[in-house]
Amino acid sequence: MNAYKEQFMKGIFFLAACMSILAVLLICLFLLLNGIPAMEKIGLFPFLLGKHWKPSNEVFGILPMIMGSLYVTAGAIVIGVPIGVLTAVFLANFCPKLLHRILKPMIELLAGIPSVVYGFFGLVMIVPFVRNHIGGNGSSILTASILLGIMILPSIISVSESALRAVPQSYYEGGLALGATHERSVFSLVVPAAKSGIFAGIILGIGRAIGETMAVIMVAGNQARMPAGILKGVRTLTSNIVIEAGYAADLHKEALIATAVVLFVFILMLNLSFTLLQRRTKE
Amino acid sequence: MNGINQITWKQKWLSYQSHPSSFLLLCFVLISAATTVAVLLFLMGYILIKGIPNLNMDLFQLHYTSENASLLPALCNTILVTLLSLLLAVPLGVFSAIYLVEYAKRGNKLVSVIRITAETLSGIPSIVYGLFGMLFFVTTLKLGYSLLAGSLTLSIMLLPFIMRTTEEALKSVPDSYREGSFGLGAGKLRTIFRIVLPAAIPGVLAGVILATGRIVGETAALIYTAGTVAEIPKNILSSGRTLSVHMYALASEGLYMNQSYATAVVLLIIVVIINSISNIVAHQLMKGHGNG
Repeated sequence: MNAYKEQFMKGIFFLAACMSILAVLLICLFLLLNGIPAMEKIGLFPFLLGKHWKPSNEVFGILPMIMGSLYVTAGAIVIGVPIGVLTAVFLANFCPKLLHRILKPMIELLAGIPSVVYGFFGLVMIVPFVRNHIGGNGSSILTASILLGIMILPSIISVSESALRAVPQSYYEGGLALGATHERSVFSLVVPAAKSGIFAGIILGIGRAIGETMAVIMVAGNQARMPAGILKGVRTLTSNIVIEAGYAADLHKEALIATAVVLFVFILMLNLSFTLLQRRTKE
Repeated sequence: MNGINQITWKQKWLSYQSHPSSFLLLCFVLISAATTVAVLLFLMGYILIKGIPNLNMDLFQLHYTSENASLLPALCNTILVTLLSLLLAVPLGVFSAIYLVEYAKRGNKLVSVIRITAETLSGIPSIVYGLFGMLFFVTTLKLGYSLLAGSLTLSIMLLPFIMRTTEEALKSVPDSYREGSFGLGAGKLRTIFRIVLPAAIPGVLAGVILATGRIVGETAALIYTAGTVAEIPKNILSSGRTLSVHMYALASEGLYMNQSYATAVVLLIIVVIINSISNIVAHQLMKGHGNG
């Protein structure tokens, strides 16, 4: 009886563990089944490299959105990565214990704030600021980059900090013993040793920036045309889906799903590099 | 009062004078950390100051009208969606983690496949989940725009997160607990449910609470699965917008700026509460291990 129950529960646990495989298979299946036919109908190259997205004329080229996602993400990296990595260095190597106990929950809070709230903050604060002090009408690549730069901070900080903390103390002490200052020991010994962990954090941040939807929609302007400058509006892959999925039908809807497939492929590539880096860190 | 290896501020200052590059690095580090903190404080402060004066009883009416833009129905929907998603995702996630930690043999091919798929799941953007939910739950399974479809979508999204936190919690239970239990003649199942799981509960709970935070903040995965009806639902098959979706609708219409600020305040307060509870629970875990 007992052995029977043990076997039964083991089966249940096993089935539960297989659910994530099932989920990934289902997601791939549904996206590909609906997305690939659209890519065939439109043609792979006209779809990926087409510069015009005019659903009413059955013209579906997503290059503007791909470029939009890339520009916005690149901007977020330029703003978020230096601040994030240096903050992680501060938390790991410069911060007194007492201050750390206050700062760590604050970083976690930064990660917990919903993206709509970030988007709203961008809408009422960053958009007018850019409009009045820098130029353009405010909803632009620059605005989206600033906002995303803030949003990717917590991912970069927490992963980089644990990577920095995993570096043996002897590295740092060795530097001091050779007469280096605290800063030089940290930056020329500890930070290089934590390099792959820091890169993993940056990749995680990039994934978050590419996948972010609601916040970007609220500040990026969403014009479906090739990016024309950092003070001009832009539409990303994610916003394209949200804006049009509500009313799209037939080929238009399938084109949106194909957009999601492209997004999915981007994310898979990022995931792969993240996993490889993590593995290298462990070795 | 200087102990060994301690230097005074003056000595530090002199040292920086002869190493200007170190001083520059110090400045960069301090400025970055200050920026991060300032951004958070500014964001919180701005929304609280603008939002708190706009909190009034109109926002907590039982029915949403275009005049009061009440957030109470959305709040009820949020609670319902949270409960439903957790009900689906927590058992699945915990059981998966139990299999991975307690049963799976080292070097098992299937286990590495499970880990890779879980990592893939955790990287997928929420809008892709939303689109999948729309295609699978809403259209193929014919659930329509409903709280159930939304919760099912979210539970897939949360699965890898709960799996990972539970796995870590289970791994942190010392093997001596399991050996002790086996030594007393308990079976594997009994050991897991009576000994290992109770010891790991704070870690599991901290993960579940953080997952709650993600549900509350989620928008993109819900718009096309749970829909945007601003009413308290009759049952789980009716459509309803959660607080985040409500907030997005208000802010993007642009007609309800004051109400948007107030809704943002409510969302922020919920997130702060969730984060503090999770921290307290996780702290409990560390204390427990200190004693054990």
